[in-house]
Amino acid sequence: MGLEKFKDRNVGTQNYIKLDLTHPPKDGWSKFKQVLSRAVQPELFVGLWVTLREMNNALFRGKMHTTQYPLEKLPISPRYRAIHDMLRLLESGHYRCIGCGLCEKICISNCISMDTRYDENQRKEVSEYTINFGRCIFCGYCAEVCPELAIVHGGRYENASEQRASFSLFEDMLTPIDNLNLQQEYQGFGAISPNADDNIKKTPLAY
Amino acid sequence: MDATILPEVTAVGVIIKAVLILAVISAIAGFGTYIERKVLAFMQRRLGPQHVGPYGLLQLAADGIKLFTKEDIIPQHANKIIFSVAPAITAATAFIALAAVPVFPDFTIPFVDVFVPSIASDVNVGILFVLGMMAAGLYGPLLAGMAQSNKWGIIGSARTAIQFLSYEVVTGLSLLAPIMMVGSLSFVDFNDYQSDGTWLVVYQPVAFVLFLIAGYAETNRTPFDLLEHEAEIVSGYVTEYSGMRWGMFFIGEYANMITIGVIASVVFLGGYNDWWIFAGWFMILAKIAFSFFFMLWVRAAWPHVRPDQLMWLCWKVLMPLAVINVVITGLVMMAG
Ligand code: SF4
Ligand code: SF4
Repeated sequence: MGLEKFKDRNVGTQNYIKLDLTHPPKDGWSKFKQVLSRAVQPELFVGLWVTLREMNNALFRGKMHTTQYPLEKLPISPRYRAIHDMLRLLESGHYRCIGCGLCEKICISNCISMDTRYDENQRKEVSEYTINFGRCIFCGYCAEVCPELAIVHGGRYENASEQRASFSLFEDMLTPIDNLNLQQEYQGFGAISPNADDNIKKTPLAY
Repeated sequence: MDATILPEVTAVGVIIKAVLILAVISAIAGFGTYIERKVLAFMQRRLGPQHVGPYGLLQLAADGIKLFTKEDIIPQHANKIIFSVAPAITAATAFIALAAVPVFPDFTIPFVDVFVPSIASDVNVGILFVLGMMAAGLYGPLLAGMAQSNKWGIIGSARTAIQFLSYEVVTGLSLLAPIMMVGSLSFVDFNDYQSDGTWLVVYQPVAFVLFLIAGYAETNRTPFDLLEHEAEIVSGYVTEYSGMRWGMFFIGEYANMITIGVIASVVFLGGYNDWWIFAGWFMILAKIAFSFFFMLWVRAAWPHVRPDQLMWLCWKVLMPLAVINVVITGLVMMAG
């Protein structure tokens, strides 16, 4: 096989499959028939009926779609990558991070900065840990690489604030010690939303 | 019909009526925007305005404050005089048209004994006057679009010209058949003609449908709102408008919707005659309200048409139908 086939750049002009479209009416009488059949088809009234039915559903059958956002919130998927959380050990309440520095190393936008030192027991402790959320692209690599499941993505997506620094210190991300019993374990990357069952519905093909 | 059997129409009564119309209709026109948002929202299973006041009812006040306090921008190369006057044309003609339609039956204010007529000014060519005024109202969008030196505005006013001018023909022809039957151009005569309880729509169903279609085109409602078709021409003739000038276009549009509703109710749907156990004032309000609702309903359900489809529909379908309808009406009347 030669190369001619591949050198032909004019790819747009071959291999079109013509659909068998209905033929437009030619003479006046068939045009008139087409107009008449289109005019008496009840399609327009189907449209009216559908909108009225939906209004009835919304008003009297409780099928209103709107979520009144600041007042009610939809459950968020565990896969969602929002502001990070720093988790604690459940037994001792100590933070899980061992200061290995892998997250800092892997962060592709270079926004984690941390420092460690020896504490009085000659154990490694995290002395500085911040994430610059102006740079973070929420890729999730830091959470994936962490050997201790210490840094995970939390569900805090409402991150409007006076300054981004309000989210980014170690203490801000760390689970508050008195909320330790509420600490959520990371579900893993394949986890499904808690309300996934409710969201299953038939594909709306027919009106 | 002899007008002398009615109590005397006094200047006080007419003034009361005029003030009533102006106050009530402009309030309703504003309220109509709220109703429209709510109804459209419900039909799409949304909630609509919700947070300002109970059920969002005070959204109107919020809109008003916004419209009044917004900066009034006149574009640099616009023709300033025409640009400023155009919204007033739309609003004013819409209200002038309302002077000659009956929005409420005759009534006498108790105690002071002032007779308030059904129409602020019962001109004997009422229908012609109203249609003329609504046609004059098209100068609003036309001039507005041309004065603002904006290409979308120009397209909007070009569409104004073709759409309003051609549908004016259909409105006139579709109303001609009922006019022939009644033999008068006064709305009061139309109303009295149907006082036996048989609505004219029974005799003239084709004219009624034609009139509704043409009415939607003239009030610039979906499916014929090509003048400010957001998806195609940004906002058409109102692209450069802001603040209260923009608001006047909308008050005019909603007032026109009410006018079309009134004409349809009085000419085709039995007017303000009593019907069964319902009093006349209730009937006319119910009919106007329904025709307003129907406009919103249609807007929620039907897509726009293209300008060429609009012209096709007008000149090749609606106008021949209207002419045939007039001819048949004439033949039946001669035979009968
Ligand atoms: S989510 Fe990605 S960008 Fe953000 S801190 Fe973690 S690794 Fe860096
Ligand atoms: S990868 Fe985990 S354990 Fe290591 S420094 Fe980062 S958060 Fe701490």
